[in-house]
Amino acid sequence: MKLFAYITHRDGTADDSAQELAAAAAQIAPGEAVTAIVTGSGEDLQTVCDQITSSFSEVIKVDSSELGYPNGELIRKVLTNLLPENAGILIAHNTFGMDLGPGLSIKLGSVFLADVVGIDKIDGDQLTVVRQEFGGQVSTHVQCSLAAGAVINIRPGSFAADENAEAGGSVTDRSGDTGDLTSGRKFLELVEAEVGDVDITKEDVLIAVGRGIEDEDNLEIVEELAEAMGAAVACSRPVVDAKWLEKSRQVGTSGLTVKPKVYLACGISGSFQHMGGIKGNPFVVAINKNPKAPIFQVADVGIVTDILDFLPELTEKIEEISS
Amino acid sequence: MEILVCVTRVPDTAENEIELNSAGNDIERDDLVYSVNEWDNYAVEEAIQIRDRVGGSVTVITVGDDESDEILRREMAMGADKGILLSDDAFEKADGQGIAAILKAAAAQGSYDLILTGAQSEGGAGEVGGMLAAMLDLPYASLVVSIEESGDNSVKVGREIEGGTIEMNEISLPCVLSIQTGINEPRYVGIRGIRKVANVDIPVQSISELGITDSDVSSSVKRLDYFVPDMGEGAEMLEGDDEEIIDKLIEMLKAKGGIK
Ligand SMILES: Cc1cc2nc3c(=O)[nH]c(=O)nc-3n(C[C@H](O)[C@H](O)[C@H](O)COP(=O)(O)OP(=O)(O)OC[C@H]3O[C@@H](n4cnc5c(N)ncnc54)[C@H](O)[C@@H]3O)c2cc1C
Repeated sequence: MKLFAYITHRDGTADDSAQELAAAAAQIAPGEAVTAIVTGSGEDLQTVCDQITSSFSEVIKVDSSELGYPNGELIRKVLTNLLPENAGILIAHNTFGMDLGPGLSIKLGSVFLADVVGIDKIDGDQLTVVRQEFGGQVSTHVQCSLAAGAVINIRPGSFAADENAEAGGSVTDRSGDTGDLTSGRKFLELVEAEVGDVDITKEDVLIAVGRGIEDEDNLEIVEELAEAMGAAVACSRPVVDAKWLEKSRQVGTSGLTVKPKVYLACGISGSFQHMGGIKGNPFVVAINKNPKAPIFQVADVGIVTDILDFLPELTEKIEEISS
Repeated sequence: MEILVCVTRVPDTAENEIELNSAGNDIERDDLVYSVNEWDNYAVEEAIQIRDRVGGSVTVITVGDDESDEILRREMAMGADKGILLSDDAFEKADGQGIAAILKAAAAQGSYDLILTGAQSEGGAGEVGGMLAAMLDLPYASLVVSIEESGDNSVKVGREIEGGTIEMNEISLPCVLSIQTGINEPRYVGIRGIRKVANVDIPVQSISELGITDSDVSSSVKRLDYFVPDMGEGAEMLEGDDEEIIDKLIEMLKAKGGIK
């Protein structure tokens, strides 16, 4: 099958996922040429196209002032217009890919594979991929036919980029082939998240608390531990959703990216959206009452216990030592 | 505003540890506690708040079996006006596109200004909303964290993208939106609320009543099994009694600069 990859970019730089999509495509169709599609406008767009010629043998550039911001509804129309029949297209499973992919599969009359973390095998036109369910607690093999084309959303960070790729691609301008660019959804503006009292992105030691804290009143034990350790309190998304802590404390893909030296995750299961916000390879300690929690697969040190009992004891001991 | 909210019944991961069964090909389904998909509660709450501001009605709908009746009642106890259960043996094999096709048939029988879904459910695909929109040829926005009425025929919606940045869009009605957690604080449903709706009639619609056939219900994407991948070593687990664990942990934290 003919494979394509839709490349997102910002300020003249291709997203990290560009090379990852190339790597995933190489597993689906070994040795086949893969075509990147990049939309946008102006000089930044050309820069991005030139950047990715090392990873893709062909780069299709679509330049239009209406595509300056990647509105998922418009990109769906462009791709429906551009892609040949029965094509396969890879997209990063980020907030943009989640917006674009499912509807695109309907418009193309193809199958949709969401949030793919691995390629298991390809046998004729039968593709088997690996996905995760229940927040990463279990994995599944998922199979479909590629005969009628496929939209394949790839989880960021799941495929290792080939840094030495030399695809030597050429850039083709297809700006004239966008088709109709009217849409019932109009992009207005971006509003940045508010900054908080403490900047967790600058802290060396973070005590992160998740849904396992169970109740707002229990946050006290986390704050006391943070104080004893001279650390700052961070959290997972459900704690912010419940309005127990400010958004500026949230670590993850839809929160902040932190680079601490030490990260203590308390009552956090370890979803990829949460872990995606932890960079710089810190020393991660996971404290969770479920021995099968996915976070134990990625943490350096794990403790299976109830944080409501354990954290106060830990605080007491640390206070004892330092006094 | 006439609002349709698509909801689904899922194993409650806050109440259960999801594990493999002894055969190692499915999750252990005995003793699982089920509830409404987390994201859907936010969608229903949002629909109720919009209705209370501008009038209209909220209908909750699900593709499921007899047991899904209870989640429709729960959402009606929250304040939804109507429930519809789409149930047929032919729906059991449906993949995401199949579910979307079933919902599309039901949506087309009504006249809705706004169709909401949760951003995703336990499978983490987040696919049904976008597929439904494309099938209905309606504009779509995913991961919505704010909805504001703006003018006669449109709403202003905020999508939460990377880094918590909000992408503001103007979207014309009717449209489909998938709702992200945190958009509101879903109200608490007490046992009394559930009792009030215990005897409300919830119509059940089968494949023929929806005017579709077996071949409309896609099953092209097949889940073959469940498994737990071997992720290598994983974390070094600290064992012993609490005191021993704490001593070890403190030593490690000191070495890594975690304790000042
Ligand atoms: C588009 C998108 C973006 C997202 N962005 C983010 C993001 O930026 N950041 C983020 O965190 N999430 C994000 N999420 C949500 C994410 O998918 C998970 O739902 C979330 O990270 C789960 O948080 P949690 O680990 O605290 O809760 P859960 O997954 O519910 O885990 C709670 C854990 O606590 C344990 N536990 C319970 N009680 C105790 C106790 N007493 N003692 C010890 N352990 C206990 C349980 O065993 C469980 O492992 C996003 C989701 C989507 C769809």
